Amino acid sequence: MAAKDSPKLGLYSYWQSSCSWRVRFALNLKGISYEYKAVNLLKGEQFTPEFEKLNPLHFVPVLADGDVFISDSYAILMYLEEKYPRRPLLPSLLPSNPQHKALNLQVASIVSSSIQPLHMLSTSKYLGEKVGPQEQLLFAQTNVEKGFHALEKLLKNIVGKYATGDEVYMADVFMAHQIAMATERFKIDMSKFPSLSRIYESLKAIPEFLESSPEEQPDAVK
Amino acid sequence: MAQQQNKLKLYSYWRSSCSCRIRMALNLKSLEYQYIPVNLLKGEQFSPEFQKLNPIGYVPVLVDGDVVISDSFAIFMYLEEKYPQIPLFPSDIAKKALNIQAANIVCSSIQPLQNATVLKYIEAKVGPDERIPWAKFHIEKGFEALEKLLKDRAGRYATGDEVSMADVFLAPQLHYGTKRFNVDMAKFPLLTRLNGAYSELSEFRKAMPENQPDAPLA
Repeated sequence: MAAKDSPKLGLYSYWQSSCSWRVRFALNLKGISYEYKAVNLLKGEQFTPEFEKLNPLHFVPVLADGDVFISDSYAILMYLEEKYPRRPLLPSLLPSNPQHKALNLQVASIVSSSIQPLHMLSTSKYLGEKVGPQEQLLFAQTNVEKGFHALEKLLKNIVGKYATGDEVYMADVFMAHQIAMATERFKIDMSKFPSLSRIYESLKAIPEFLESSPEEQPDAVK
Repeated sequence: MAQQQNKLKLYSYWRSSCSCRIRMALNLKSLEYQYIPVNLLKGEQFSPEFQKLNPIGYVPVLVDGDVVISDSFAIFMYLEEKYPQIPLFPSDIAKKALNIQAANIVCSSIQPLQNATVLKYIEAKVGPDERIPWAKFHIEKGFEALEKLLKDRAGRYATGDEVSMADVFLAPQLHYGTKRFNVDMAKFPLLTRLNGAYSELSEFRKAMPENQPDAPLA
């Protein structure tokens, strides 16, 4: 594991937030220390005026780097890639594999745009109220499975030990927590997704991923 | 500087806001491209030929010689790197992050919650009267966030005086997803001003759905 600097970054995070999980995993992979700043979403701490200044969408995570504050996990990850280029999470644009980088970004988009928004807390709550808890779960499961079918098709001929080969890249950072949640929270039958299952088996063994998981966070509720 | 050796090809649907983003980016970067329509209503995205290009069946897809790239975000980043002339990112890293954040508010917090598939679902499960309020709720929530986010950072355009990624992602959303969902634009003075600025740019106008080869004749 890479040596860590003394913390100068802060990460506003909630232990169960999947978007926060992505950034925690990436920070660990890059060997970057950070101060964990818990935001209790259940208690509504994301709606305080102080937090609204950091992110008007009231979402975690938010990265604090000196006097720069960055919200949105995708924006944070691209910022980290540029500012802290060690242990890159995106492969270079190479003539030998010109699509490798784009593929990683595409996987990230599928998770962050086509899957996660459709099962996140605010969407779920609304459906639960309007339709009922059973439908709320079904909607989440349907969209997770739809996204997973897409990822399975996309990665089928490219997958190695990890999503796009034998190194952990951005696609893995976005997929790891998504697969974890799919199995634990949404009870998705992963036997339908052999490539994704294989990737997840590899990712589960990585210490940086395990350390980033919700149960390991300072604000985890046991 | 990468020369445009092969003509780029863009698989697009006239009404797809994700395709519109890339049409704008290509116009802004003065990159010529061949427009290849994919009729989503007729299911052309499921043809064997298109499935080879993008097994997920989404537009847009960019073809650059042997390179095939899907997903508007991934295509945008590829174009920025391969054709860096007329950059669509500011050089300041924090401002660049702001652009990605604004673009993602559209891509992740607005568009996926008001696209055709989700609206059909809401109509079926909750009721036809819920369709527009659902879309309006999510669009306005995203627009409120964008107003707050960009309020002190906008210039002539979203994040300064040059057109950048945030504008490319915002413009189609402002063009499409407002009137039809009864969005009250009076609540969003900055976005209203930006929409006005976009309508004056020929690169944006040329990318609009009604100006595409596959748009139905009026």
